[in-house]
Amino acid sequence: MSDYYLNPGLAIPRAQPDGLDAEYWQGLSENKLIIQRCSSCKGWQWGPEWLCHRCHSFEMGYEEVAATGVIYSHERIWHPIHPALKDQGPYIVVLVELPQADNVRVVGNLLGDPEQPLKIGAEVTGVFEHHADSDPAYTLLQWQLA
Amino acid sequence: MSTDRTMRGKVVVAGIAETTYYKRGQSPDAEFKLALQAIMGACENAGISPKKIDGFSSYSNDRSDPSRLAAALGIDDLRFASMQWGGGGGGASGALANAASAIATGMAECVVVFRALAQGQFGRFGQGRQSKFIGGEAAQTMPYGLMSPAQMFAMKVNRFMDDHGVKQEALRAISLAAYEHAQNNPRAVMHGRPLDEEKYDNSRWIVEPFHLYDCCQENDGAAAMILVSAERAKEFDHPPCYVLSALSGSHYRAGAPVHNTPDYATSTFKTVAPRLYEMAQVKPSDVDVLQSYENFTGGVLMSVVEHGICAPEECNDFFTLENLTLAKGKMPLNTSGGNLAECYMHGLGLNVEGVRQIWGESPNQVENVNVSMVTSGPMVTPVSSCIFGSEATL
Ligand SMILES: [Zn+2]
Repeated sequence: MSDYYLNPGLAIPRAQPDGLDAEYWQGLSENKLIIQRCSSCKGWQWGPEWLCHRCHSFEMGYEEVAATGVIYSHERIWHPIHPALKDQGPYIVVLVELPQADNVRVVGNLLGDPEQPLKIGAEVTGVFEHHADSDPAYTLLQWQLA
Repeated sequence: MSTDRTMRGKVVVAGIAETTYYKRGQSPDAEFKLALQAIMGACENAGISPKKIDGFSSYSNDRSDPSRLAAALGIDDLRFASMQWGGGGGGASGALANAASAIATGMAECVVVFRALAQGQFGRFGQGRQSKFIGGEAAQTMPYGLMSPAQMFAMKVNRFMDDHGVKQEALRAISLAAYEHAQNNPRAVMHGRPLDEEKYDNSRWIVEPFHLYDCCQENDGAAAMILVSAERAKEFDHPPCYVLSALSGSHYRAGAPVHNTPDYATSTFKTVAPRLYEMAQVKPSDVDVLQSYENFTGGVLMSVVEHGICAPEECNDFFTLENLTLAKGKMPLNTSGGNLAECYMHGLGLNVEGVRQIWGESPNQVENVNVSMVTSGPMVTPVSSCIFGSEATL
């Protein structure tokens, strides 16, 4: 039994060489959810971009936000695409909305029984999944029902 | 929009062709040869010399380079070569729109719209990337096992079905209609392989709410259509098939990364469909027959809704096998068998079938077709649609 939600062998996420998402990945490794916030209009934005889509400021900062949200949509996946998931069985991917950050959304897995009933609007709490044995190490943000 | 800035009625389809359609990896011919076969076939269907082609239009990064095509075909004067941005089949009607606008504006005289695919000879769609590292937007999804088109789009469809109480049977009806139509189409890969409710219900889940039969095939083959100015409409043996409108686009921040478009549970047609009807000067109720791109059945369902043919809360009543097939149907859908059961030629086969319905040559011909609509590539961005009209619509 792996410590991780999904079987090992999927591609290792890395920050972009251009630095656009470096704070995000660094934050996860420190148990923080850090996403983009415009320094000018204070609007939240995700995924990261160089420009604020609201006020067109290039002064995009990063700020910590509570790792709590609600399920905006969900899916139970049965057919494995990647060979690493050949023996995985069903697993759940959720799209989690963050009301405290202008309802931006992040993707993660829903921990627990992969055949559990799924409900849009359910409140969830983030769980930082550290892949310390990976080279390089990285952290994913998973979710469980609150 | 001002009438002098419309393509309505300015372009006709002169010829169409499809190669033999194969299951993925089974084409005996090279992809580029398939493209040439389809283009030569469309020229023969139109009764024009391949040397008269002066433009090429395709989409989804088709690998058959227009300059190589022009050299192979011995074309004297290449005037137009266009690639519609965007992945998937969202560009099928968009490529047609680009070709039609080139003709309407005098840039070219005779443009071929084509798509050729031999996935066995190159990469497959729907497969997870298997590199060791991943960055950018994909790094936000792939490590969670979200990597294929089915997985990306099921998330939208689940939200839409939850919002509007749509049942699985509505998706099933779309699949059953495609397979029923394919049984009358000898070109269809699924000809002779009917589908019924039990077989659908017992098929495996790919990702909920998509069973196996909710997902498009993977195929090899090619399709092509030749467009010319409407001034030449009477030169051809076919009854004129006018392009009433064809265009592409997407809504506000449709491409916002990591599933962040504000209006999420959509086929991406909410802004495109009204412009399409406005240019064509027709209403949803004028549409006689519909070809709607099935990457997945849920995308068809939302496309039909967003083209104003059925209200979201009416889906369970509207999407029945009876309504989607010929005899008493409200809206005969995917009358060649479509991407699910004829062939997944990245949706261009749907445009070809839309023309056949105007010409009266469909294997499942609807009576008295004047307005034939095609919607291309739901849920991607940009998407595109087109409306063909008979002479009576002008
Ligand atoms: Zn701003």
